[in-house]
This record gives sequence, structure tokens and C-alpha cells, in this order.
Amino acid sequence: MSKSSTTKSTYQIPIVPIHPALKEPVFFEFELDGEKIVDVDVKLGHVHRAIEWASRKRNPVQILYLAERICGICSYCHPIAFSLAVESTADIQVPERAEYLRVIHGELERICSHILWAGVAAHEIGFDTVLYLTWQIREKALDLTEYLTGNRVTKAITMIGGVRRDITQDMIPKVQESLKYFKDNFEKLRGIFLDDKTFKMRSQNCGVLTKENALKLCAVGPTTRASGVKKDVRVDTSYFAYGDLDINYTTPDILTGEVNGDVYDRIIVRLLEVKQSIDLIEQCLDKMPAGPIVAEPKIAKLLAQLKKANGEGVGLHEAPRGEVIHYVKFDGVNEAPYTWKVRAPTYNNILPWIPMLKGQQIADIPIVAASTDPCMSCTNRVAVIKNGNRYELNKEELHRLSVEKTRRLML
Amino acid sequence: MGKTRNIGGKIMTEEKILTAEEIVNNFTDEFKIKIKDTKIKKRSAGVKKNETAYIWMKIDKSAFKDIIKYLCELQFPHLAVVSGNDLGNSIELIYHFTLNYGNRMKETILNISVELPKSNLEIESICDLIPGALITEREKQEFLGVKFVGIPDNRRLFLPEDLPEGIYPWRKDETGPDKLYRNLHEVKK
Repeated sequence: MSKSSTTKSTYQIPIVPIHPALKEPVFFEFELDGEKIVDVDVKLGHVHRAIEWASRKRNPVQILYLAERICGICSYCHPIAFSLAVESTADIQVPERAEYLRVIHGELERICSHILWAGVAAHEIGFDTVLYLTWQIREKALDLTEYLTGNRVTKAITMIGGVRRDITQDMIPKVQESLKYFKDNFEKLRGIFLDDKTFKMRSQNCGVLTKENALKLCAVGPTTRASGVKKDVRVDTSYFAYGDLDINYTTPDILTGEVNGDVYDRIIVRLLEVKQSIDLIEQCLDKMPAGPIVAEPKIAKLLAQLKKANGEGVGLHEAPRGEVIHYVKFDGVNEAPYTWKVRAPTYNNILPWIPMLKGQQIADIPIVAASTDPCMSCTNRVAVIKNGNRYELNKEELHRLSVEKTRRLML
Repeated sequence: MGKTRNIGGKIMTEEKILTAEEIVNNFTDEFKIKIKDTKIKKRSAGVKKNETAYIWMKIDKSAFKDIIKYLCELQFPHLAVVSGNDLGNSIELIYHFTLNYGNRMKETILNISVELPKSNLEIESICDLIPGALITEREKQEFLGVKFVGIPDNRRLFLPEDLPEGIYPWRKDETGPDKLYRNLHEVKK
């Protein structure tokens, strides 16, 4: 890391091993000039679990369940992106009904994830009441997930060529009832996050990512959309049933008329996307055609078909945190893929952290770091332990600083 | 066309939407035999069967940097990731780009593949053109043993510092990780 050219001597603090916002390991080394951040260095790999390597001894259907365990929150987007890549390689056409069901599960995951994030963001700046309020809503979303898939977290709903469970006519009233609950509470959440004076003070002009930086650093998801870049796999490409649905890019100017690329804009984008997801699920329930839900229901037959596949493919899906891409190559001999590469959205959102954090204060670290909604388990996939015999500013200390800053602003 | 946007210090005009065929033709006209193979695959989805195009392009290593430079001038791409294959005598790197984003269902996925012989695992870094490539280049460097010439930061990213040099977890040859995990109890800390 290059030394700062300021005349005052700067000092460095490592913030390790737990992420300052989410309870996940990542190594931050900050170069500080007083309270101000001059430079940032990020080190990764603390929870790399060699998942791509583990796939070498598994068949594609087994990999679905391995992919599901890459991340606890995105337990749908990884297996589905893998399925898309495999379907593209083996030329499997997914039945229309399954395409709609895939959208419903994808959007439900987005609702869970964004509301979880909203709670964490509130906690980071000291609003624990809002944390409990948002997570109460998330609980409903998890109940709905359980009702539709049979599981709350690892959903096991994906199958290559379709999905594993249908949403039958008698299930629809319960889904609609939950959607109504989300809609009613959405307005309440929107008021708290977007109109509250303290929220605005902590998040406006904080952690700015310019449009130019977002493009150059290849940022993805709500992080890049909050900077005004129109990039959303659901709108940009035709996959699942998104091509049939009414959907548009969510950028902060829809609400405020301007794009600043700060933490506040990222809150706006995520909240508006919750509303968009509710709307998309409703559209799907309306338009869903009847028919089969999986291309090949017999697993043994499917595996035999995949064993013959020879070639490569990519699968792209818009996860709650942004574009997830999986690359798969089959050699036509082995059951296990020759290569499998997973790229989670946080992977691309690491470099944008650096311009966001530069120039901010120590107390802003938690909220700025949290504003990209990072997911370290997704990004890392083998194990490491870092050197730690230096002064550590731990998570509790950092959280205390952040809460104190909010209190100061409220006075 | 018309609006300008500033990327990497260069003023560029707002991109025109290019179809998959136009993109391929642009490259083959410009680089001729350096483009070894091209393939366009279209996947349709939903009831309306709208299509998205995937371009797979194999290129010659000697023209790699020029091709990426040409691509950035054609339209500044989004680099999704670089993936890699160990093909036995060579390592294949696949650069997954997306173009035309920001337009409803017009995005095209461009996969540029370049093969490096194991005797000379060097390729130019593209961080000067696309700064966002740094993370993925650092990952390929430690997992496949490919050297990126001109990379601004060549430290390890995911792998621990105590992992011996010359072990590349994604390689399928003798530099692979096999000998490390086979006798785990014998590994000295």
C-alpha cells in the first residue's frame, strides 16, 4: 500500500477478523489520518471452503445441494445459476410453468434478503427497534418460503430443467395474504428509512460511489444501480419468465429525481426493489400457465443425459446482491463437471469499497461497508487464519463508535 | 449516439446497441485469423420466447491485449469474471464480458477464450483498461499459476500465506493440491 503524502503521520489499524457490519470474516486494513480514512486494503479468504474443488467428485444433481450451501441467504441463486449454466450446456428447455415458479422463488429470496439487510443497516447506526421491526416482517417472508418450499433457509427447490415443487391453486390465497402483509408494512418501512432525519444525516453524502467508478470497477446489483448504472440481469437478458413480465431498472432517481451514489441511494434502491419483487410475484401468479414443472422428472435419466453433454455454458442470474455468474464445462466422459466456476456478486463489489470508504470517518465504516450488502461466504470458497498480533479495533468497539456518532447527530 | 460518458479518461459516445452477429463481424473483420473460432448460441425463455445471445470466441494469445482494447473502444464492457480450465498441456482463460446492458433484453454475453501453453504461462494484465479486473486476475494467478504481466497488485487474495509456493488448487497436473490433502496428518505447521 502506498504511503500517504500528508505531512502529518498516518497510522494503520487492521479491523479483523470479523466483518465490521455482518458477522462474517474479512480483513480490513485502514490507513488513518486522525479520524479520516486515507487508504483501505481488503484481504479475503478466511472462509474459503474449496467448494469448486469439492464439485470434482459430484454429479450435477449433487452439486445443486453443494451450491445451495455456498451461502445461507442466497441459497437459491447459486443452484439456479448453476442450473442455467448446465441447461445451456446440455440444451435443456425448461417448461414454461417452471420458468414462472423460478421467478417467484427468486423474488421471494430478494424480499427476505433486502429486509434482512435493512435491519442490519438500522442496527449499524444504532436503531435496534427498527432491526426488530424489519426482522418481524422478514419472519413472515421466511414462513412463506417454508410454506412454498418446505424449508426456511436451504430451500432445495431447484432441479436442473425446472423446480421440485409446484404452487397449486389452493396455495395461492396464503401467498396473496402474505403479499398483502408485505405491502401494508412496506409503507411503514419506507417512512422509517427514507423520511427519518437521523437516517438521512447518517446516510446522505456518505460512502459515495460515482457512476464512473461503478462502471470501471465492474460493480453489480443494487450497489451499481444506486450509482445510476442501469444493470440488472432480469431486465437486460431474457431468462426464466422475466422476458414476459413488466419490469424496469430500479435507480434512485425514480424516487428523488437525482443520483448521488451514496448510502441513502442504496437504501432507496433496495427498498424499491422489495416493492418490485412483490409486484413481480403477483404478475407471475396471474400469468402462470399450466403444465409440467420439470423437463425430466426421472433423475437417473437426467444424469444419463448430462453425462453425454460435451461443452461449456454460463448461467447468469440477478441475485439480491447483484449478478451471479456460474461457468460450467463438461467433457462428455465424466459425470462430474470438468470445471465449475462460481462468481458471487460480492466478489465484484469488493473493489468499489475502496473509493466508498476513502475520506470517511472510522464511525462510518460499519454503515458504508454494510451498504453493499456484502456476503463473504459467497465470495470466499477455502480456509485461512490470519496473523492477528497487532492492535485490533474489534466489531463491538466499532459498533459503539457508530452508535455514538448517531447519538451526537441527534443532539 | 450523442451523449458522452467518460471512462478511463477517454470520452466516448453513448454506445449503439450491437447485435451478436455485428459484434462477431466487427472482431473478425478487424483481427482476421487471430480470431480462431466463433460461435453464437441463443437461448430463449418464458412464454414469449425472447432470446438472449451468448458469443463464444477463441482468440490467439498474440492479439489478446489488442482485442480487449478494441472491445473497450467498441463498447466499454462489464467484466463479469475470468474463469480458467486446465486442459492438460495448456491453461485456458475465459473472459466473460457482458455488452449492451441498460437496454431491455439486449444484453449479449461475450466469452473470450485464450489458451496459454504451460511452458509460457504469461498474459498481459487488463487492469489498465478495466480496473475492475484486479480481483479476478489475482484469483487466477494464485489458483492456476498464470502470470499477469503488469498487474498492479500481485499478492495472494484468497489463499493463505503459509500455503507452499508452486501449488495451484485448480490445476489437474502435479502442481495441483492432491499431495497436500492426501497426507494431512504429515503436514508440518
